[in-house]
Amino acid sequence: MTNWVHHLLILPILLPLMVGAAMIPIDERNRMLKGVMGFVSTLALFILSMVLMRIASLDGAPAGSGVYQLGNWPAPFGIVLVLDRLSALMLCLTSGLALAAQAYSIARWHTAGHHFHSLVQLLIAGLNGSFLTGDLFNLFVFFEMMLAASYGLLLHGSGPLRVKAGLHYVAINLAASSLFLIGVSLIYGATGTLNMADLSMKLATLSPDDRQMVEVGAGVLGVAFLVKAGMWPLSFWLPTAYSAATPPVAAVFAILTKVGIYVILRLSLLVFGASAGASAGFGQPILLLGGLLTIAFGAIGVLASQAMGRLAAYSVLVSSGTLLAAIGLGHPSMIAGALFYLVSSTLTISAFFLLIELVERGRDAGADVLAVTMEAYGDADEDEEEEVVGAAIPGTMAILGLCFCLCALLLAGLPPLSGFVAKFAILGGLFGLSGAEATPAISAADWTYVTLLIVSGLAAMIAMNRVGIRTFWASIENTVPRVVVIEITPVVVLLATCIYLSVQAGPTMRYMQATADSLLNPAGYAERVLTAPRAGGQ
Amino acid sequence: MEIILSVAIGVLTASGVYLLLRPRTYQVIIGLSLLSYAVNLFIFGMGRLRVNAPPVLEPGGVGDLSRYTDPVPQALVLTAIVIGFAMTALFLVVLLASRGFTGTDHVDGREQRHD
Repeated sequence: MTNWVHHLLILPILLPLMVGAAMIPIDERNRMLKGVMGFVSTLALFILSMVLMRIASLDGAPAGSGVYQLGNWPAPFGIVLVLDRLSALMLCLTSGLALAAQAYSIARWHTAGHHFHSLVQLLIAGLNGSFLTGDLFNLFVFFEMMLAASYGLLLHGSGPLRVKAGLHYVAINLAASSLFLIGVSLIYGATGTLNMADLSMKLATLSPDDRQMVEVGAGVLGVAFLVKAGMWPLSFWLPTAYSAATPPVAAVFAILTKVGIYVILRLSLLVFGASAGASAGFGQPILLLGGLLTIAFGAIGVLASQAMGRLAAYSVLVSSGTLLAAIGLGHPSMIAGALFYLVSSTLTISAFFLLIELVERGRDAGADVLAVTMEAYGDADEDEEEEVVGAAIPGTMAILGLCFCLCALLLAGLPPLSGFVAKFAILGGLFGLSGAEATPAISAADWTYVTLLIVSGLAAMIAMNRVGIRTFWASIENTVPRVVVIEITPVVVLLATCIYLSVQAGPTMRYMQATADSLLNPAGYAERVLTAPRAGGQ
Repeated sequence: MEIILSVAIGVLTASGVYLLLRPRTYQVIIGLSLLSYAVNLFIFGMGRLRVNAPPVLEPGGVGDLSRYTDPVPQALVLTAIVIGFAMTALFLVVLLASRGFTGTDHVDGREQRHD
């Protein structure tokens, strides 16, 4: 592996950071320039993450590939960035969503406040850093970077509703960050290391007292991520915050809950995997119970939602709960399906958040309160021309309706789309349909999970039907919204990706299976990180 | 010294949590600040308490671990202080915006009814 390929690993953090910083001094009137800069940067990131995905899935790569030592300090002492299939997948998903949101925002929403594109770039930098880092404290730093950008983005567009939701969001995340620090320092106090790979090696050899302290630390740390992931008793902030955010922001936020899921998945399989001795499987009962309750809460919320924004926000919770419970059940055969579900549900929810605003724009003119406050508190020098830029699409209602149908199918998990494939893969793993290993005994918890998974799909179907009929068939005003090409394209592309995933389900599942296999082999990960040679050949 | 430090952390955390649960935004921000002080002290304590032991090696001296304290938690605390400070400033801005929009400092943007 040549040297420059090795340095690609730092680019997903550096590129958005530098582009985001470079945009700040540019005058806000040059929004188009900023938009194009941001879009090009994210596009480059998307291509880069595809390349990284390809690198990560190469078998038999030389030792040390995919491990980037910051400051050229070897692993347990310095901070490392680690590329594996899972982090490459998350990088790809992040830049894909951001690309869609940025394209969408160029038509209208980036005029609602200042520094939208810079904040998106900084958010991407934080997200990418969180996915790549192999060090717990470095994770905290990137996590805070991502959160700081997300506070700014949530407040984008201003208005009393957003400020109120933002206040709650900031307060709960600051409290969660304190828990994060307490957890990290407890783990450091007991093991003397912050490197995840080193931690996974050390855990088995700890004395019982120290092990208890690590478990307490991991528990406290877990709470911080569960707040982010939106597990039931910690999730009451989420629907309000997500439905108050502007559509492109909400679309990017669809991945923020997945950061919590990602870290929990990584830590529970790496640190508390089979090799952890007495601590193996730590926290799984809590994840399972919390996940099941989250699915139930989310499904009830989906049914009870009147506004589409809240419906989408509760769908985020259902998606989180499904993943948390899948991790909590602890069947190795379910991980691949869960990863597929993660990708599919994130893309769907993101597309749905973007679609909602387009549909509701036409529904009733008075309801556009947010847009009104946006004009009242935003820039006064906006022209009407700049409100919605670009050519309007023909057959608006037909296209919107079709996209809505696809979203409904994907959210409910009905065939033939990827929502169904994902749920089928999860259940197939649970019932041992893959045939690779002996059929595991199906416990009561498994049945509860299966039931809730299917009932939550039904709830989504009912809610989407109701909203769809009310919007498309029984609309009183019958005003057709003016939707421009650049707004509908991201939605179509995101949904097309889901369709592509269902058509290419075989290759995708193979990638997910390989990802799951490498996650289930923590020793391999630890060895790769800890034995990585320093650059300059020492 | 352990007693003093743990009492200090305990009091700061308890007051921080109490204030965090109060209905006024100003109380919440002070609560969060106290909480972050408590957390910073806690991180510091995780490197074990040592008196008169520097965290950096002296030039020319031999690296005898018994004469030095663990530098990592101190570095972590520094980072945590900086990040916590930035976040508090950010929260202050949101607080002021909320005050401007709603005319009240209640966290829900409106006073509770007392009936």
